[in-house]
Amino acid sequence: MSNIWTITKRELGGYFNSPVAYVFLVIFLLMTGAFTFLIGQFMDSNQASLRAFFTWHPWLYLFLVPAVGMRLWSEERRLGTMELLLTMPISLWHCIIGKFLASWIFLTLALTLTFPIWITVNYLGDPDNNVVLASYIGSFFLAGAYLSVTSMTSAFTRNQVISFILSVVICLFLILCGFPPVTDVVETVAPRWIVEFTAAFSVMPNIEQFNNGQIDSRSVIYFLSVIGFPLFATSVIIRGLRA
Amino acid sequence: MIKVENLSKAFGPKVAVDNVSFTVERGEILGFLGPNGAGKSTSMRMITGYIPPTAGVVRVGDHDVTENPIDAKRLIGYLPESAPLYTDMTVEGFLGFCAEVRGIKGMKKGKAIDRAIEMCFLGDVRHQSVDTLSKGFRHRTCFAQSIIHDPDILVMDEPTDGLDPNQKHEMRSLIRRMGQTKAIIFSTHILEEVESACTRAIVIDEGKIVANGTPDELKSKSESANSYLVNIFETDANTVRDQLGTLIQASKVTLVNDKAPNITARVFPKSGGADGELGRAIFDLASQKSWKVSEIKKEEGRMDDVFRNITKSETENN
Repeated sequence: MSNIWTITKRELGGYFNSPVAYVFLVIFLLMTGAFTFLIGQFMDSNQASLRAFFTWHPWLYLFLVPAVGMRLWSEERRLGTMELLLTMPISLWHCIIGKFLASWIFLTLALTLTFPIWITVNYLGDPDNNVVLASYIGSFFLAGAYLSVTSMTSAFTRNQVISFILSVVICLFLILCGFPPVTDVVETVAPRWIVEFTAAFSVMPNIEQFNNGQIDSRSVIYFLSVIGFPLFATSVIIRGLRA
Repeated sequence: MIKVENLSKAFGPKVAVDNVSFTVERGEILGFLGPNGAGKSTSMRMITGYIPPTAGVVRVGDHDVTENPIDAKRLIGYLPESAPLYTDMTVEGFLGFCAEVRGIKGMKKGKAIDRAIEMCFLGDVRHQSVDTLSKGFRHRTCFAQSIIHDPDILVMDEPTDGLDPNQKHEMRSLIRRMGQTKAIIFSTHILEEVESACTRAIVIDEGKIVANGTPDELKSKSESANSYLVNIFETDANTVRDQLGTLIQASKVTLVNDKAPNITARVFPKSGGADGELGRAIFDLASQKSWKVSEIKKEEGRMDDVFRNITKSETENN
């Protein structure tokens, strides 16, 4: 465990040793605000609810999470430090989890910094804070799922831009395969069972559970699986690079 | 300390390392020589556990690197080729991270960092960010991480690459000092480095070991080993060549410089020649002929001759 924490600390330091972290945090907060108030019409809905805030997270994270995670392994490959890291007495899994946790903690910090909107809605009305908490937990898992995909794509290539684009495409698939406007169209040309099968991979119905205030064990298992599988794929890719 | 047995590595159809075996004991400094793409770095990466071998075994201390990589890696300090570093850290921060990963924490960590910084002359850049360092300092910082845990085994891939002559000299002195108590393997292209720092050298070409011995043993394989360079004034070059050629101890005479008045000839011995008989014979002949000799010098042999001959013939055979 201490090895994982050592890696996590280094990675977190990597974010905060440069202006990248601060720029990201500002952009994250501006974007969440813009989506909530301008597109989500938070004030016009006249409801003491943060639904307008959380509804946009799958789309917002589509670009912000790959931006945080794209350097995870591609930077190690570009600098050649992967050779240094993997010849130290530490297992590959410790490295993968340590790096993933660092980015997840960073994203969680960004998410936590949105607390003023929670204070605002509590000041203005009387929201169901259990729903808010469940939605925050869902958003936390969603960030982890996208981040895990980005960890995998960053192991593919030493080019961060390629890592970012691949990650966006895969995460977009995770949204669209269960996004009703898309599935309704696909249903007209493909058998229903195919549509239902692919929709099972989507983050949308699962994040919806959390946004409705329900922490369903199936949704938790879904997110843990979506986090676990790409991390496993990351280890396979890195082992493949060395073989 | 390091035992490599029948080590092979293939990348698809290309065999990078082919059935390589050797051992390195404590107190030995093994120089790994070979042309570019010979398999030096691949061998080192397998020894340090970075890439798995296709066949064969690497034992580090009592540990098999493939079966027990973590324990094996604890014993090794590794300086990869091109000395990679995390550019977003300070020198001290980077060394602290490497120490922590190697399980050195608390007070011991501070002491380990101080020791590595002192040994590698990094005091002036201790708090400087890695991305602002010159190439020499970067190299030394990466070297410092390889000795942060005072390992029994040091594996270095071209440790003096990119350093200026003074830094190269410092690095070789450091390697020699450490070689007294550790087992060291380092690869290099610089043949004088092998002569000045190694107790033994291995020449590897196209993945195979083509020579293995002390630098003196390797040099003695050179064509010029035990030959004599004779410098003579005011004599005809052809006469010198013909007369030297009559010596029964000489196999061949070549003129290195045939322009009068300063003639230089190289006289090769018939066999071995280590006994110095040829030198005495040349001296007697010069006295007898009243040549004005300015210098008679015995050659020990040249590493670059050996290196070229071994690696060239291997290439031609294929």
